[in-house]
Amino acid sequence: MSKMRQLEILVGAFMATGFVALFFLAMNVSNLGAVNSGDSYKVLARFDNIGGLKVKSPVTMAGVEVGRVIDIYYDAQDFRAVAVLGIYSQFDQIPDDTFAKILTAGLLGEQYVGLDPGGSEQVLKDGGEIVLTQSALVLEEVIGQFIFGKAQEGAQ
Amino acid sequence: MEWLAALGRAGLSFSARLGRANLLFVAMLRGLPALLRRPRLLIEQMFAIGVLTVLIIAVSGIFVGMVLGLQGYHILSRFGAEATLGVMVAASLVRELGPVVTALLFAGRAGSAMSAEIGLMKATEQLSGLEMMAVNPEHRVLTPRLIAGIISMPLLAALFSMLGVYGGWFVGVGLLGVDDGTYWAQMQSQIDWNEDVVNGVVKSFVFGVVCTWIAIFQGYDCVPTSEGVSRATTRTVVHSSLAVLGLDFVLTALMFN
Repeated sequence: MSKMRQLEILVGAFMATGFVALFFLAMNVSNLGAVNSGDSYKVLARFDNIGGLKVKSPVTMAGVEVGRVIDIYYDAQDFRAVAVLGIYSQFDQIPDDTFAKILTAGLLGEQYVGLDPGGSEQVLKDGGEIVLTQSALVLEEVIGQFIFGKAQEGAQ
Repeated sequence: MEWLAALGRAGLSFSARLGRANLLFVAMLRGLPALLRRPRLLIEQMFAIGVLTVLIIAVSGIFVGMVLGLQGYHILSRFGAEATLGVMVAASLVRELGPVVTALLFAGRAGSAMSAEIGLMKATEQLSGLEMMAVNPEHRVLTPRLIAGIISMPLLAALFSMLGVYGGWFVGVGLLGVDDGTYWAQMQSQIDWNEDVVNGVVKSFVFGVVCTWIAIFQGYDCVPTSEGVSRATTRTVVHSSLAVLGLDFVLTALMFN
């Protein structure tokens, strides 16, 4: 085997290893390998307060991820936040009286949208809206209410 | 008065070096068409620059990953958040440590060798010899090295990150008992392809250009004596490291703000 040929083989192996490493980073380390890039349909949900919800936060049903938050904007007409939820197309049997609430994973974890299915026969369609919502729990407000309640108790 | 003159001289010579470095870069890019006709030159340099650096990159990658796993576990377990160990290891490797440490090692391993080689070629008048034979030494000697460095760096950084993730996995999952599934699942849900991985690759590409450019310029621009070559080698390592660390801040500020 000539020296040049040996060099070629080693360089080729090096390039291959490098690309395998990049492929590994893409598939195993990052979210590129996840199936969430598939088709999804959009559903709107209006919240009084979205707390720390962000674009790309998961949407779950019974703890299973069924979609992602695609967009968040403020509706100046009714002073509420609108979260556009992208639900994966395979989950197309969600009743239209489903209850959407913003939950927190763990005590300090990230926030996500949890869906509780209702009993309606009608299912949510692309562009539909979830009417029943519950805002994010803002810690300061909870503490504020607690203190306010204590103070009222003391006054009585 | 003396020091004022010295200051002016230093400023002028700095400016002249910067100018020469830029002209050299343009001259090397002009050698690209010639390189396409001789891919063999590139392969030889890929071997000297890329393949021979793999070992040190691999060993450091594994150890950096293992240290991250160990340190991360002790800090995260204080908050009961060992589950995010994979995210911490992968994010710090892919975003920062992978590109930066690879570039620093690359400057020490390949960059210094490159400037010593080119400097010695200059000192022994091999470069002038090439010119006498009507061969453009910039195109023949320098361009293959530049391109080889630019191609090698992102691949080396990716290799470093991959082995680091496995190093962290070995310590976290294998020795300290973090759940295997959680390690990977948390990582996959938190690390974004575009935001984290691609930005890391862009970083290492920039570092590849800068480190190789500095090494080649220092070698090509050295005083052709043994002392000059040794100084050029030292300068390559010092300047590359400073450039990498400084650029890293700028790139991070641009990418992750």
